Amino acid sequence: MKIEVIGSGCKKCKALFELTKEVSSELGINDEVIYSNDINKIVAMGIMQSPVLAINDKPVLVSMLPDKKRLKDIISKNI
Amino acid sequence: MFYPIQLLADFLTYTILGIVPKTLLASAVNFFIFDTIKIFILLFVIIFVVSIIRSYLLPEKIRAILSRKNKYVGNVLASLLGIITPFCSCSAIPLFLGFVQAGVPLGTTFSFLIASPMINEVALVLLLGLFGWKIALIYITSGLVIAILSGIIIGKLKVENLVESFVYENSINGNIDLPSMTMKDRVNYAFDYTKDILKKVWLYVLIGIGIGAWIHGYLPADFLAQYAGSGKWYAVPLAVLVGIPLYSNAAGVIPLVSALTEKGVSMGTTLAFMMSVTALSLPEFMILKKVMKTKLILIFAGIVGVGIMFTGYLFNFILK
Repeated sequence: MKIEVIGSGCKKCKALFELTKEVSSELGINDEVIYSNDINKIVAMGIMQSPVLAINDKPVLVSMLPDKKRLKDIISKNI
Repeated sequence: MFYPIQLLADFLTYTILGIVPKTLLASAVNFFIFDTIKIFILLFVIIFVVSIIRSYLLPEKIRAILSRKNKYVGNVLASLLGIITPFCSCSAIPLFLGFVQAGVPLGTTFSFLIASPMINEVALVLLLGLFGWKIALIYITSGLVIAILSGIIIGKLKVENLVESFVYENSINGNIDLPSMTMKDRVNYAFDYTKDILKKVWLYVLIGIGIGAWIHGYLPADFLAQYAGSGKWYAVPLAVLVGIPLYSNAAGVIPLVSALTEKGVSMGTTLAFMMSVTALSLPEFMILKKVMKTKLILIFAGIVGVGIMFTGYLFNFILK
């Protein structure tokens, strides 16, 4: 499984990356969370906002920094 | 509409804090409490409502609408849609690439890029709360006109060659399926977003209102008229220049400006200043350099800057 946070390097992007790492280890996911700042990837997905949380290259969260509980919901729903 | 808040502010100032009415201190403290409560209620309600509307009109959907319209209709629509879209400099590049690569004309893209930061809900709340609905409406209308006209002009200039060439190397299909949302998701989204914005701006707003309250209480009325009244020709361009580096502090700048207006800065100059703060931002220019040549950024800033100055002079003239 590929969990990836793609962002332009802004504060929100980094915060989402940190939170995703935390949540994914709490969910017992062994795969490493990847951080990428390749904006073209976002654009190629058809998205125009950053950051994006993509699971197996499918965007599941766009331009948001949810609280931990909600992020947990989103990730567990999409794995 | 804000009468109960005034009662509460009076109660807090005179009864709880025990400040003697009709003193300078009382006037400043009362003003601070009243404005703070009013602005935060307005911020919460309006950002929440706008976020719910926005969850139906995400930028990705807007793009699908815009790539099918002819240019003039496109400029108008792009500017209108820009109002409800938040603008965060971290999304400037994906927005620009996403629009252009999906075939949205450059002029239309610029209309959106101008309207989106200039007419945002935080600025609107502050204008509404501190200046009243008439000024808020004037601000929205002139902002829209500037965004539409600047976009049309940039479209006519045929400046596609000033966009970095890699932008045109990819083209994408503008129709994607975003994660679908239930009403509960939308409310969650709106709530998170509202919280996010409030967290980002509350301190600036408080500081702005605080300095504003001090000015309100302690500076004599018309104190600034001699420097920045409507008779001073240089007030408008100066306001625009000063506004350019202030982008991230827009939330704090507006309460401050409201107090300055009370002390004699004319309304057109105030409007021009706020437009410059929101629409012309140095950090955004730096980011846009990744996708366009400096010359295009200068053209863009120049056209918008002239539009803002025109607005400033116009309302200095009309609202005497």
